[in-house]
This record gives sequence, C-alpha cells and structure tokens, in this order.
Amino acid sequence: MTTPPAQIQEAIVELRGVNKWFDAFHVLRDIDLTVGRGEKVVVCGPSGSGKSTMIRCINRLEEHQEGDIIVDGTALVADMRAIEEIRRRVGMVFQSFNLFPHLSVIENLTLGPILVNEMPQDEAEAEAMSLLKRVRIPDQAWKYPGQLSGGQQQRVAIARALMLKPKVMLFDEPTSALDPEMINEVLDVMIELADDGMTMICVTHEMGFARKVADLVVFMDDGEIVEAAAPEPFFDQPENERTKLFLSQILH
Amino acid sequence: MTVANTISRAEVGASPRRPPPAQESGAVHWLKKNLFSSPFNTAMTLLALWALFVTLPDVIAWAFLDAIWRTDDPAACRAAAGACWAVITEKHRVILFGTFPYEEHWRGTLAIVAIVGMAIISAFKRFWSAWLFGAWLAAIGIVLVLLLGGVFGLTPTGTHQWGGLPLTLLMFVGTVVGGMPAAVLLALGRRSSLPAIKALCVGFIEVVRGVPLITVLFMASLMFPLFMPEGMTIDKFLRAQIGMILFFAAYAAEIVRGGLQAIPRGQYEAADALGLSYRQKTGRIILPQALKIVLPALMNDIIRAFKNTTFVSIIGLFDVLGATATALEDPRWVLYAQEAYIFIFVLYFAFCYSMSKYSEHIERDLSKGRNL
Ligand SMILES: Nc1ncnc2c1ncn2[C@@H]1O[C@H](COP(=O)(O)OP(=O)(O)OP(=O)(O)O)[C@@H](O)[C@H]1O
Ligand SMILES: [Mg+2]
Repeated sequence: MTTPPAQIQEAIVELRGVNKWFDAFHVLRDIDLTVGRGEKVVVCGPSGSGKSTMIRCINRLEEHQEGDIIVDGTALVADMRAIEEIRRRVGMVFQSFNLFPHLSVIENLTLGPILVNEMPQDEAEAEAMSLLKRVRIPDQAWKYPGQLSGGQQQRVAIARALMLKPKVMLFDEPTSALDPEMINEVLDVMIELADDGMTMICVTHEMGFARKVADLVVFMDDGEIVEAAAPEPFFDQPENERTKLFLSQILH
Repeated sequence: MTVANTISRAEVGASPRRPPPAQESGAVHWLKKNLFSSPFNTAMTLLALWALFVTLPDVIAWAFLDAIWRTDDPAACRAAAGACWAVITEKHRVILFGTFPYEEHWRGTLAIVAIVGMAIISAFKRFWSAWLFGAWLAAIGIVLVLLLGGVFGLTPTGTHQWGGLPLTLLMFVGTVVGGMPAAVLLALGRRSSLPAIKALCVGFIEVVRGVPLITVLFMASLMFPLFMPEGMTIDKFLRAQIGMILFFAAYAAEIVRGGLQAIPRGQYEAADALGLSYRQKTGRIILPQALKIVLPALMNDIIRAFKNTTFVSIIGLFDVLGATATALEDPRWVLYAQEAYIFIFVLYFAFCYSMSKYSEHIERDLSKGRNL
C-alpha cells in the first residue's frame, strides 16, 4: 500500500486544460491531470484514445497547443534549454525499448550521465552496475542490446532512464511488446520501483499491476479523460458506460 | 493412435541422437561440385580452359619471356618480340612525379609514404577515434610542407610544379577529408526544420549533382577567378581541389541522408527523452548508426573519388595519368604507350582493389554480434 491519495502534499506533474491537434484531428481534449510527488498514476483506454500522446507531451516528445503543462515547478514552453532541463528530470520507458543498438548495455546506461551531467566515466559505470543489479541483469553489462531477450532489454531501458535520477518516470505500454513469460520480470522491477517511492505515470493494460501499485487509475477514450478513480472503485464500481465496456473487454 | 474419421496422424518416438551423415570433401569433390556439376557447367569450364590454353602462352611470352626489362635504348625494344617494360624503368620518375624538380623527388616519395601509411593505420579499427581525424590533418600538413617547400631549408616548389602520384593522392585525400564533413553537414541540413538551411542544402546538392564533374572542374578553374576581386587569384590546384570536394560532398550527402532516414524514430525519441542536446544526439546516437549502414555505399563513392582525380588533367594538372601522357611525348619511347598504360592500370587497380577489399572487411567486422 502506498500513501493515500487524499493527502496530496505537492504536485510534481500538472496538466491544465491541455489540448492538442494532429493537423485537424483533435487528439487531446481538455486534459486536466495532477500527479503528486511519489504517487503512481495508471492510464488505460482503447487504442487511439490519446494515451501515448498525453504522456509524450509531458516530456515534450509531442508539443501541445493549448493549456499548461508544469513539471517539477517548470512550465513547458518552446525553449529548448528548458525542455532539455525537464527531460533530464523525467525518465521515459518505451513500448519498443529503443535501446541504442550500437552501444553496449553499460554504454547505453552511462551515456546520459556522462554527456548530460559530465559525470566521470568510472563513477557512471559504478552507478550503472548497481542499477543493473537492481534490475537483476548485472551479468549482461558488456553485451549489446541485440543479444538480449525482450524482457532483459526493457529492464536495461528502465535502468537507463533511472541513471539520470529522474523525479518522474513515464512508461508507455512497457510490457505490450513482450512475450507473456517476460512480462512479469519487467512488472516486478516496476513494482519494486514503485515501492521505493518513485513517481510514476504508466500507460498499461496490466490491471493486476494497476490494482497493486496505482494511487489513481485514469481511463481515456477519444482524447478525453472519461473516468479517474482509485483502483478499488475504478475496477469494482466504474461509473461511466464506456469504462464498463472497456473493462469488460479486457478483463473478459 | 488414430482418431476416428481423421486422416492426420503422427508417429511418436525417435532413435537416439547421431552424428550427421558423412559429407564428401576434398579436391575432387570441389571440382565436381563447382566446375562439372551440370552439362552446361562442364561445357563452360572446358571453354574457359580452351580459351586460357590458346591465349595464356602468348601473353606469358609477351609479358615475361620475350620482354625487355631494362635498357636506355629504345632500339633494343624494337628488336624484341615482347613487352618493353624498359619504358617504365626509364620513365618512372616522370610518371610518378610529373614536373616536380628531379632533385626533390625524395620529398614526393615521403609524401606518398605519409599518405599510404596513414591509410594503412586507418584500416585498423582500434585506431578509430577523433584522434585519427586529427592525425590525418597533421599528415596532410606534413605532405603540404613536403610538396610546397619554402620552410626548413626546403626549396620552394609551387603547385604548378606538382605532379604524378603525390598530386593524385593529395587530391584524393583532400577530397575525402574535406568532402566527408561537408557531406554530413549537407545531409543534416537537408533534414533541418529551418526552411532557409534546408533550401540552401537541397539547392546545392541538386545543382552539383545535376552537372558532370568536368563541368564543375571547368567552373572551378575558369569561373572562380571571374568572381574574385581584381588582382586576387586562387591557386589552380586549390581551385580543382574545391571543385572535387564540392562534387564528392553532394553525392556523399545523399548517401548519408539515406542512412539518416533508416534510423527509426524511436532512436531520436530515446535520445531526446534523456535530455541530450541536438549535437549530442546527432554525434553519439544517430550518425554512428547511420554511417555504419551506408559505409559500403560510401566506400563505393570514395573509390570513385580516387578514379575521378584523373579528370584534373583536363584543366592542366598533371596527375599520375596526365604525367604518363607527358612522359610518352618523348619521341624515343612513344611506341611503348601500351606498356606504360598497363602499368597505370595495375597501379589504379591496386589502389582501388585494396580499398574495395578493405571495405568488405570492415563491413563484415561491423556486423559482428550486433543487431544492426
Ligand atoms: N504523429 C501523428 N500524426 C498524426 N496522427 C497521429 C500521430 N500520432 C498519433 N496520431 C493519432 O492520434 C491518435 C492517438 O494516438 P495515440 O498514439 O496517442 O493513441 P494511444 O491511446 O496511445 O493508442 P495505443 O493504445 O494504440 O498505443 C490516434 O488516432 C493516432 O492515429
Ligand atoms: Mg500508445
């Protein structure tokens, strides 16, 4: 169990009236979402509902057109320096891992701190080894991403994102590209991370994970937030018809 | 066990593991498999053997047995039935160094050694780093000092006196060393989100690709001076060099762009998500992968750049081929152009073939153990 959502001490990510269009297509509509420090938010919804677009706006992989996004006290504006600064405080894990295939596992991890924080190489490597232990693959440090299984690659990707000591972690369907037997090894790492108090925003359809770690579950459909509640009420007494339909489809 | 009304069935169980069946091997097997595997293949093999049998003795007799290797008297060649390789022993200084002053040829030799040496060092992957690029710049500096003279008590020798192999090699290296960075910048510029930069790069690439190299060289040699302020001239060698660089850069830029396009969007996003700057992202993530993908195509262009250096003789520079033509103006040896050009053929082939083999080697090396 984590901190009860009632006592939000401090918001670390805030989206206020966020709207976004892809050309004429209104993909995000009046999104309001606040994430408290140390809290975990799970986002779910049907394909094409705008979940990826929303969390990609938080580190400016996508640009929103209306509304405010405030990350760790800094508003996201069209200033490259501010954006890079925010990206360093926000870690991201992708569905397709996106490891750098030309670099070894350890180089994938140390690249960020060495380039961004000018950390000395030996210090970065020590840090990397301790994170690889934490995601339980220290013996793969000198391999290349292409030599690892999907589950191992995704754990490397999580470790890479943690190297910059982010204040928030964004996950975009981190287990959807994995074979069933590898999903749990990644979820276990994420649960551990949650237990350590990391702030997390996670797009996923792993409802067991949502029940276990989420402080808030958000259901999106057609570019809007349709329902948002703590896990128990969300799963046990959903209010909106669209939510009920969606849950019946994925929980059979 | 069979199920009623189904045809599908499977036999359960197997014998224990055993080694694979014996493979035929040895020379006879190789011959059978590669040269006599079918009637057509057999016919082609016999035809090739017959062609060799008919031509080879004559070729060997002409090129080796009846050849004259050394003489300073062309009459001796005329008397012989074979090749007159003496034209090369006699004229190799002019062929290799053109109009460079005779007593200074040692400087030309050192320049060749410096460039070929650097090329060999660059072939080893363990030397690949930013240092290597610096080392090349230093080597080019040394070659320039050797060829230009005027310092350290060396007799000054202007570019109008340059010629032969040092000129060919320097022109080639200058083209690649100057052209590669330009190509990368052009390729990046072509994908830039800034319209002005993009238009400039697209315009340059399309214009240069739209004209033959000879035209670029003529432009460089005849037009540049027209645009220069009164009394100011740029050296002829430099003008040709700039023309070669521009031409190479335009082609290589399109190759590099192909590599950039092959990099998945996720690589850019992962780099962005780490907060890397544009330069860090491009230099450490995107370019290394893109260049690796297009390396074979780039090597192809580099080899072509080597051969393209022969075009500079058209605007009055004596590269190795041009210098050979000059050497053959000597009426005593003019009959033996064939032998001289065979020598040039072998020389170019040796350079291009080693580059080609080398590119095959790194290609294989780079694809080892990585999923790219
Ligand atoms: N770069 C883009 N240009 C145009 N339309 C886009 C772009 N990216 C996404 N879209 C569209 O925006 C909508 C929302 O996409 P998004 O990827 O955010 O959905 P999602 O909820 O993450 O879906 P999924 O569960 O399939 O990942 C979709 O209709 C998609 O086709
Ligand atoms: Mg998505």
